[in-house]
Amino acid sequence: MVKLKPMSEGMVRIPSGCAISGMFSRNGKRFSGEDIIKSIEIMHDRSNGLGGGFAAYGIYPEFKEYYAFHIFFDDIEAQRRCEAFLDKHFEIAHSSEIPTRHVANITEQPLIWRYFVLPFTSHYISKMDEREYVAQCVFTINSDYKGCFVFSSGKNLGVFKGVGYPEDIARFYMLEDYYGYCFTAHGRYPTNTPGWWGGAHPFSLLDYTVIHNGEISSYDANRRAIEMYGYKCALLTDTEVIAYIIDYLHRKKGLTMQESAWVIAAPFWQTIERMPEQDRALHQYLRMAFSALLINGPFSIIVGFENGIMALNDRLKLRSMVVGEKDDMVYIASEESAIRIIAPVLDKIYAPMGGEPFIATLNGTEDGYGSI
Amino acid sequence: MRDVSPTADVLSISAEGLSFKELNDKLRATNATEIVINNAAGQRYIAAGAEGRRLTINGTPGNALAAYMDGAEIIVNGNAQDAVGDTMNDGRVIVHGSAGDALGYGMRGGLICVKGCSGYRTGIHMKQYQDKSPVIVIGESCGSFLGEYMAGGTIVVLGIGLRGQAPVGNFTGTGMHGGEIYIRSDEEPKNLPAQVSIDTASNLDDIRGHVRAFAQLFGCDADELLSGNFFVLRPNAKNPYHSLYTQYLR
Repeated sequence: MVKLKPMSEGMVRIPSGCAISGMFSRNGKRFSGEDIIKSIEIMHDRSNGLGGGFAAYGIYPEFKEYYAFHIFFDDIEAQRRCEAFLDKHFEIAHSSEIPTRHVANITEQPLIWRYFVLPFTSHYISKMDEREYVAQCVFTINSDYKGCFVFSSGKNLGVFKGVGYPEDIARFYMLEDYYGYCFTAHGRYPTNTPGWWGGAHPFSLLDYTVIHNGEISSYDANRRAIEMYGYKCALLTDTEVIAYIIDYLHRKKGLTMQESAWVIAAPFWQTIERMPEQDRALHQYLRMAFSALLINGPFSIIVGFENGIMALNDRLKLRSMVVGEKDDMVYIASEESAIRIIAPVLDKIYAPMGGEPFIATLNGTEDGYGSI
Repeated sequence: MRDVSPTADVLSISAEGLSFKELNDKLRATNATEIVINNAAGQRYIAAGAEGRRLTINGTPGNALAAYMDGAEIIVNGNAQDAVGDTMNDGRVIVHGSAGDALGYGMRGGLICVKGCSGYRTGIHMKQYQDKSPVIVIGESCGSFLGEYMAGGTIVVLGIGLRGQAPVGNFTGTGMHGGEIYIRSDEEPKNLPAQVSIDTASNLDDIRGHVRAFAQLFGCDADELLSGNFFVLRPNAKNPYHSLYTQYLR
């Protein structure tokens, strides 16, 4: 278990919004992290300085075949033990401390390192596929290696997060120096638990990153269900479980991102009854097969995945979220002002209905796991 | 609502780079009755509690625009965000675009006109008392849960550009126990809860003035709008609230 010191996740409840923003180039054009910082900064008042974070896709083209692990360490000793584990399971192509700059409001940072790794084929071949092996290694570190936390483990992407306002976190990590085709950003207003570096959003496993505004009232039912499939919820925070549900549905079960969204924010039975025969059968199947993965409570989420982005509101739409489009660019944010500040002129802007996912993919690729 | 002299000097304020507090402090510090705010970028609480002045806002004002407003006039050249007119008591809000969720939340008086669409939960918890009766007019369409827990006042949804399709989402009037919702449409809204009754409006006397005011603001043909088929939704007196969340549908 990771550092459950007093005042860690789950030890205290703080009743209390969040800000989310995302931008994505359908053509895969790479741009700097500068704009996503501006976008999230305009929503400063939705956060309280206890967590900010970013996911950036397409930022490591020189290592795009390698899993990019971003890891927090409490101390050098923890790092040494974790590196021994990495050496045993992976070929490490490159490792370095993640560059940061001094920012007055950012304090008590852990050691923050990144490793570009490939698993040894002989360790998993004939037992499981490569991604599953990597995922299991991430779980092992996060649950068994005290003082170590892998917070990013995808290819050609990186999560950057910590305790602070998101714009300060961005400056701390020098996000403006990274160039990617997709960025998401989160400003945290922790509702149930105090903030710590690992507890900031995005939550990530392999290529999936999730940022979330809201509160999941079905957290414990979802957690029990997903733990049956071998996931370990280390953080006692609701967003973590969303990341694992998406990984389970999309990567393991092979659902498309659209179908995964229909499981998470399933239509009401009354709405399903009114659907045409074929849709009805599909929705009935999804609701019955994955009933325990229905997420209840208010949420707006942005999910980054390999070659795509998905945004979703709970079916009652208890959180705000707008989508703007301009040429090949897609913008998603909690507030329209966060889009207008970086894209004053848009082709269109609208609010998707509750439970209706908005999905954009690179060059119109399918949103299914197997199709990429 | 106090009259605003059309000849009053216009005070122009750029909101660029201002926090919500800085902007609102500037607004409170002036006696100007004609104010133009340029480059609004998400600043919250603009015109909260304001009275006796006219504010024209260019850009995107933030959440809770005109909250608790008590007699001012707001003109938004653009879209508004969430919770416009929260608990507003008097005055007018005119949006030359669309508005977000929870428009007119708990509104108690005054008028809100939105040219385009509004989000979920438009008019949630609107109420009326004696001579105070709030009005919301939406030009195009609204999201689900329109008039949720509505206790008074009038909502009009005109369905402009929808060619007779119902311009509302699901579950209109859930928990409604007062007020009236007029919907210009050829088809009945979907998924109405048992707590509302729906009828074809036999006369439009109660909303004619509001529709004419809307048409004048946005340059539409009032007679054409009024000639369409209107449904009117009212609380269903025959259906008490013994099973609000269990027997959801009619």
